[in-house]
Amino acid sequence: MSCLIETRGLNKKFKNKMALGDVNLQLERGRIIGLLGPNGSGKSTLIKIINGLMVPTSGEVLINGQKPGVETKKIISYLPERTYLNEWMRVRELLDYFCDFYEDFRRDRAEVMLKNLNISMDDKLKTMSKGTKEKVQLILVMSREAQLYILDEPIGGVDPAARDYILKTIIGNYNENATVLLSTHLISDIENILDEVIFLQYGQIRFHASVDDIRMKEGKSIDQLFREVYRC
Amino acid sequence: MAWTLNADRPIYTQLVEKIQKDIVSGIYKAGDKIPPVRELATEAAVNPNTMQKALVELERMGLLYTQRTSGRFVTEDGEMINKLKNEMASEQIKIFLENMKQLGYDTEETISIIKELDKEEEE
Repeated sequence: MSCLIETRGLNKKFKNKMALGDVNLQLERGRIIGLLGPNGSGKSTLIKIINGLMVPTSGEVLINGQKPGVETKKIISYLPERTYLNEWMRVRELLDYFCDFYEDFRRDRAEVMLKNLNISMDDKLKTMSKGTKEKVQLILVMSREAQLYILDEPIGGVDPAARDYILKTIIGNYNENATVLLSTHLISDIENILDEVIFLQYGQIRFHASVDDIRMKEGKSIDQLFREVYRC
Repeated sequence: MAWTLNADRPIYTQLVEKIQKDIVSGIYKAGDKIPPVRELATEAAVNPNTMQKALVELERMGLLYTQRTSGRFVTEDGEMINKLKNEMASEQIKIFLENMKQLGYDTEETISIIKELDKEEEE
């Protein structure tokens, strides 16, 4: 099969605290996948391991059959939960930076999106609002022609209108060889664009199923199901 | 504008129903070409795979057909579209009658109310 991400018995411990426990996943190409779970359930840990930013305590992850490294970074476009970009840079400089860094960066695509969201090329990150900063970063990430897009909380700080635009961008950029893995708490906003969801709880997979299968079986939306499963 | 979808039912069945409605009401006419999957998915703000699944289901029903290189079209069988229209109308009426029943009206009474309302509107 066209398995893009595979994890086998993935474990991650921080001292005595288990962050991930025996995570086994097979994710195919051409899918938009939601990684869902309450705070501290292991979403970001899993994402960091897939990106090679963290090493698992045991088990392994394969991206396109390879362990995380230089080769996998070429095909993964990652939006981290916190920015790593230099605050003093202007949008234009950020585009140059991404052009230099990534062979698959499509500058024209980024320019169109920036224009649609009325973001000036001369603006500095430092002077932008939180939401605008997030938009810029997401545009940079989505303008690569990657095989795997990993978006950690991509729409948290942006207004509903821009959120719609971003979701449309994700659908519009969709291609059948690429997979989008995104974590978010704003489930009701995104569930219509997801193929499948992974529910994490205490570092383990609670379940992993297609959105329409869940709706058919449970007679409720993913958002409603989430509220039930994780009721406080 | 994204399509309005309910929370409690599979998305793809709702997409099927919405497109059926567009065909029955003549937004897409018999023989019309319908937009490509991605365009429809973007318009509806849904996953392209889900939209694809809905279109395949409509093909299976015979309402759409694919012409290999030029895209998807609405059937030219007007009778089939009429039949669907009647089915969808019956479905709506059944739901309506059920709701009226819950309010305490039987079918006869409901019909006489409809006739009265119709008369009032004519006046």
